[in-house]
Parts: sequence; C-alpha cells; structure tokens
Amino acid sequence: MEFPEEELLAPGHRGCAGCGVAIAVRLALKALGKNTVVACATGCLDVMTSPYPETAWEVPWIHVAFENAGAVASGVERALKTQGKEDVNVVAFGGDGGTADIGIQSLSGAMERGHNITYICYDNEAYMNTGIQRSGATPYGASTTTSPVGNLSFGEDKPKKNMAFIMAAHGIPYVATASISYPEDFMKKVKKAAETKGPAYIHLHQPCTTGWGFKPEHTIKLGRLAVETGAWGLFEIKNGEFRVTYRPQERKPVVEYLSAQKRFRHLKEEQINEIQEFVDNQCEELGI
Amino acid sequence: MAKEIMTTNRAVAEAVKLAKPQVVPVYPITPQTTISEYLAQFVADGDLDAEYIRVESEHSAISATLGASEAGVRVFTATSSQGLMLMHEILFAAAGMRAPIVMADANRAISAPLNIWNDQQDSIAQRDAGWIQLYVENAQEGFDTILQAYRIAEHEEVMLPVMVCLDGFILTHTVEPVDLLEQAEVDSFLEPYVPKFAYLDPERPMSLGNFADPTYYTEARHNMQVAMDKSMEVIKEVGAEFGERFGREYGLTESYLCDDAEIILVCMGSMASTVRYVVDQLREKGEKVGLLKIRSYRPFPFEEIDEIVKNADKLAVLDKNFSFGIGGALFADLKAKCHKETYGFILGLGGRDVIPEYIEEAVELTKNPVKEVTWLGLKEDE
Repeated sequence: MEFPEEELLAPGHRGCAGCGVAIAVRLALKALGKNTVVACATGCLDVMTSPYPETAWEVPWIHVAFENAGAVASGVERALKTQGKEDVNVVAFGGDGGTADIGIQSLSGAMERGHNITYICYDNEAYMNTGIQRSGATPYGASTTTSPVGNLSFGEDKPKKNMAFIMAAHGIPYVATASISYPEDFMKKVKKAAETKGPAYIHLHQPCTTGWGFKPEHTIKLGRLAVETGAWGLFEIKNGEFRVTYRPQERKPVVEYLSAQKRFRHLKEEQINEIQEFVDNQCEELGI
Repeated sequence: MAKEIMTTNRAVAEAVKLAKPQVVPVYPITPQTTISEYLAQFVADGDLDAEYIRVESEHSAISATLGASEAGVRVFTATSSQGLMLMHEILFAAAGMRAPIVMADANRAISAPLNIWNDQQDSIAQRDAGWIQLYVENAQEGFDTILQAYRIAEHEEVMLPVMVCLDGFILTHTVEPVDLLEQAEVDSFLEPYVPKFAYLDPERPMSLGNFADPTYYTEARHNMQVAMDKSMEVIKEVGAEFGERFGREYGLTESYLCDDAEIILVCMGSMASTVRYVVDQLREKGEKVGLLKIRSYRPFPFEEIDEIVKNADKLAVLDKNFSFGIGGALFADLKAKCHKETYGFILGLGGRDVIPEYIEEAVELTKNPVKEVTWLGLKEDE
C-alpha cells in the first residue's frame, strides 16, 4: 500500500518520547492526506500539539472541549457540506476518556445521525493527560492512580468497556479496531473509514510509555504483544459483516504482555490466570 | 408589509429565516421549542436552505453550532433554562474562539424546584461567558433584534456571540402584531457572512482552539474585553441604521420620561411594558417617575446609563433574578457603576406575574426605604 513520506503532523510537538498517539496521528494523516479537517477532544493529543502560538498540525484543526468532539465534527461536516466541500475528510480524534466516558453521548448522537465523519479513538487505557487515572477503557488488573494497588486492591476490578461493539450497535456502515503496531492494517482501515459514506469508527489501541510503565523504545513492541497474545483483537465490521483482519499464528501467553508493563507487575498468578481465561474467551468469541 | 399576528418565537423564527443561516443545530426545550419547530418546518418546506441538525442535547447543539461557525458559515441555535445551563461550558469556548453565533434564549427559571415559567436567572447565570446579551420587550423587538444580532456578532471588530433573550411564555407564547420585513429589505441590511480571520479550510490550514499557557491566556481574554467595549458602538450604529432603513430605532438602552424623573425604574425585557404603564399612571397623579430599559446587559452601558439618570434622585431596580446576599444582578451592577441612591427589587421569579401593584410598591419603597433589597409579593406563610 501507499505510504506517503510527507508528514502532516510536524515534529517538535510536546509528546513524551515514545508517545503512541503521535505515531497514531502521523499514520492516520498519511492515509487521509491534506484534504482533511480534524476535530480534537481535549486530552494528551490537543495539549501536546497545539501550544499557542505553535501548532504541529499541517491540516485544519479544531479543539473545543473534552466531551464534544463528535458534536463539533457534526457541525463542521454540515458547514463544509453547505459550502460544497463534501469531499473533505472530517475526522475526530478522542482519547479513551474523551470517547468511552465523558464523550460517549455526543459521539453516539453523531453516529446515530449519520454524519459523514470518521471518529478515531486513541485508546491508551486511562486518563494519561491528567496523570494516569482509570477510565472506562482501563483493563482488568491495571493499577492506575485512581484504581491503585493496595492492601485490599489488585487495581482495576472491571473489564474494559467494549466501544467497538457499542458503536457497531448504532448500525453504522464501518467499525474497526486497530493497533499502532500494525500500521498497514490501521492505515487501510482509516482509508476505508474515510471512503465510507456516513459515519465510521475506529478504536485504536495505543500503548503509552508513561502510563503503562515501559521503556519509550518499546511502544511498538507492546502494541504487538497485545495483539500477539490476543489481549487486543484486530477486526472490522463493514455494513454489518464481521471480519478478523489479523490472526496471530500462535497466540502467546498473556503473561508476556502483562509482565512487560509496570501497571500489571503486581498481579498474582491467580489474577493472571483469570486474565488468560478472559483473553481466551474473547479470542474464541472473535474467532482469533 | 402589513402587520401579522404572531408569537415572539414565531417572529424570531421568521427573522432567522430571513437571515439565512447555513447550519442550525437545535434541541427542543420549553418554552423555546416552537422556534425549533418553525425552523424545522421552514427547512422541510424548502423555505430555509440550511442544514438542520437534530442533536441529542443542548451541549451538542452549541458544540455543533460552534463547529459549524468555525468552519465559516452563518449559524443559529436556540435554547432555554436547563438547556442553557447544559451549554454553559461551551458558551465560554464559543466566545473565547470568537465565533459570531446568534442564539435565542427563551428566559425560564432554573430548577430546583422544577419550573417552566419565566424569569431571567438562566441568562444572568451566563453573564460572564463573553456573550453579548440583548433583552427584548416584545415580539417586534425579537424580530428586529435577531437581524441586528448577526450584524453585531459578525462585525470584524466585535466577533463575539450574541444571545437574544426573550421572556418565556410572556413573549415566546403570546401573540402580538409584528411588522415583518421582505427578503430584499433584509438582504440590503445583512449581507452573507464571509469569514475573514480564522476558519477551517484545507486550502489554508489553521489550528483553532489551541491550548494557551500563562504567557498568552490573559491577552486572549483581554482582547475579548476590548471587543466587548467596541460592541457598544456597533450595537448603537446597527440599531440606528436599522431605524433609518425600517423606521424602528434601537440602542443600548431606552429611556422613557427620565429627564425630570426623581425616581427612575430600571428593568430588562417584557417587564418594561408594565413599568411604562405604571409610569404613565403615576405621572397622571403628578409623581415624577421614569423608565430606563436596559437592552444591552452585556456589554453593560454604564456611561450611557449615568447620563440618563444624572438628574434623578434615586433608582429602583427590578430584577427577575437574584444573587444570594447581594440582590438582583442588574441592581448590583448599577450599585457598582452608577453613583446614585439605589434600591433593588426581586420579582417575577418562576413565572409569578409582574403586576402594576408591585411596581407601585417598588416606587413607594424607594421613596420611603426600609431596606436596600426587597422581594416583592413574597408570601411569608408559604
């Protein structure tokens, strides 16, 4: 597939070394090209890329608030339509908190109304911008600053909210999961989403060096481990047709993924077994 | 054009149709709802060529309105009460991003207790959001003010959103004769909106709504203050031009028999009609009273007010809102800015009628004051 050299997210932004969302946006914009307008929820992405009077964005970009990227993108899309600019890709980026928690209402409204927009959730599995607090997308067993390990706690005690299926339940034409560690798969999905007439949603798994506790040079490796162990599955649902887009040849034990991160390091064998069982069931359900 | 009989909501919707916004995201709420219904019908009938977005909340109504405005088109939305409260956060963002949005607010009380009737606490609670707030007295003013609001908001030295405040039910659901304008007349007064500064266009990529650290934040907010100050001149110019073209002149305030008045009654919105009636009654009895109607609450035109009230002895300020321990918001502003003996009266909360007797009582209590702030019509045993 085409892999343009031109960068539409300029270097010099304030992301952490090894930041996964910077990789995510670079890849997405390579797939989308210049004829794109981005609406961005408050979070790591807006703060690291838009410190006035600088900007890392080489495409038109708007940020309003934390919980309304879906609604802002709706307004942008309709305004462009009235100007005859229906060919412009309107893309919203939100983190897992801005998408699965505080932004789910405006996102649901935007999807249900059928706007011609692509919403990409960059899921780093907690509120990283404010200092690693638990979100609805934080996985079982993860220690965060608001679901900490303690004498009475092993960290987060609920499984991750399944946003891709929630979006699919809206009956929208295109839903996919992706990982920054599988760039070709991700970029193909972004292109499909942009080419879809109507709403499209991509839930992108994005390792976070700061929040998960691994070396900055291991960001891609962690994303791969999530997929190779089956902790994160890659699939798409196009016009209701479910399809797995990548199957590990042989699934690795989930402990390889968990033990590579500080947030899971406290887990005991019992919890690791529980997570393995959960992952096995998830893979069976997805057909991975 | 002959006068037509309609509610203020209908008059507002007719004005919006003539202003030709391209995107209208709106969510229904009593007593604003009929505005959203009329606009939906205009779009359904092809009388208004706009994208009507049926959003899932007021929060998304204002968010989509802001997104559309920043994408460079004229926009409109409307709300009331709890809906305005839900918009609160984004109202500040819209003003800070300098979006020339026009929104109608059907003034309604705030819960709890839940109440759908009129007072002005909802818009007063948004006082510091950075929106220009214009209060109207009747359906004609509602129609005329919406058209002027676009000229004010889109003025290149203003670029601030405008909230047009209509008293719920008293105006929104009461029919009155209204002089409508023809499309050609409106087109000659209000040109299509062409964004000049910041807007979303792939041909000219810009970042809007950036993060600003302490080095820049203060100046961004101060620029809004400068624009708000400038808007006073613009509101007057636009109101004067409207008068020249269509025979109905508007300004920041409207005064009635204030020149020789000893006591001036100050208020906003539909209450002005009742006060004008009481002023006439009291004048017949030889009492020197006058009415000062504040049309522009933000910006607050205190210099103009100072000039109008300079010969008066006392001010009696009538507020359909209150701030705990202070009194009404308009009362507090006048106390802070005008050097007059001033008394405040709270009335008309949650739809309680503002009857002439209350206004007369306010005059009496200003002549012979007992305390600085009085709640009129308060039932002590409830």
